[in-house]
Amino acid sequence: MDNRARIITILKNVSKKDSVPDADESLFDSGFLDSFALPDMVGELEREFQIKIPDADLNPRKFESIARIETYVESRK
Amino acid sequence: MSVLKAFGAYLPARIVPNQELGAKLNRTPEWILDVSGIEERRFAAPDETVADMAVAAARACLDRAGLAASDIGMFLVASGSAERRFPGPATTVASRLGATGAPALDLPMASAGGLVGMALAAQLTAAYGNILVVASEKMSAVVTREPMEQGVAILFGDGAGACIISPGDGPARIVDSVLHSDGAFAEDLRLEFEAPLAMNGRSVIMQASRKIPGAISELLERNRQPASAIKIFLMHQANQNLINGVARALAVPACMFYSNIRGYGNTSSASMLIAASEWWQAHGPCPGDLICFAAFGAGFHWGAMLVEISR
Repeated sequence: MDNRARIITILKNVSKKDSVPDADESLFDSGFLDSFALPDMVGELEREFQIKIPDADLNPRKFESIARIETYVESRK
Repeated sequence: MSVLKAFGAYLPARIVPNQELGAKLNRTPEWILDVSGIEERRFAAPDETVADMAVAAARACLDRAGLAASDIGMFLVASGSAERRFPGPATTVASRLGATGAPALDLPMASAGGLVGMALAAQLTAAYGNILVVASEKMSAVVTREPMEQGVAILFGDGAGACIISPGDGPARIVDSVLHSDGAFAEDLRLEFEAPLAMNGRSVIMQASRKIPGAISELLERNRQPASAIKIFLMHQANQNLINGVARALAVPACMFYSNIRGYGNTSSASMLIAASEWWQAHGPCPGDLICFAAFGAGFHWGAMLVEISR
């Protein structure tokens, strides 16, 4: 499974939605994530990709869309 | 060694339910409850000040401790919503309690102020004797300023909490504490003069969700205690969803975290001391109990404190 597919699987689990937003669509504006789901999303990304996301990188903009998450995850691997 | 002697709290009389606030913000009471866990909050009277509420909480605390203001060697007063730039409310509070001469210092901090005051006091009792820590907030004066921002206005309430920390032995021994700050996020939660409270809610929640469990884990690991050994977590009452998230992160049930946010909202620096005062009165610790305090707030400042009840 490629990184984007793995991110979408996590997003579906965290958001409890079956639909998938466009890769560049804001996950916040489209209602897939809110402030309290975001930390859960980050935790799941750390587990799935075996990475440690430092506090300094906990900027909501880095996790704004599937494409941005993909870029970030790939930068950490 | 330092011990917790007593707690006190004051809540203003006026109850502001979600219905009243929601009507102004075009939101339903149910939506406010869902996103925050808050059903109502208290607002101070127009002429009621941060110092007024602080004095009321401090008097309740002194009464419970059986102490007079003259027995206090230092006053630490935390507030992020004090009415003026200087002097802060600390000297007014000490003076109105009848103290003369003892140092009365302000901690111009928001939500972490109560915890920071307690942690500092625990280190200073050997030099100053009994230390009265008070945290008081009139957040209504901030959040009801027009234009009201709904993400902020629904959260906050007014109130004050207090505790006395004393040197020597006693039933509630302060075992250890950790404090941290990180100014990289200072812009994400701030209150400028004559401006509305500015909050990047997503950043605040992301950082708090990571840093509060981190501080608690650091404290508990250092003292070789699992989170499951804690009798009660007395945490800053920021948002019920955040409290639940911290419990999940520590792998303990949310019922191990005392919560009164449903009735008072987020009273910033005062909230943890109000929660502690209520829990102490309603439940009270038993011999051998471990109690963990934790807070996070603008700055960002965050930390945790461990207290053990003597067997």
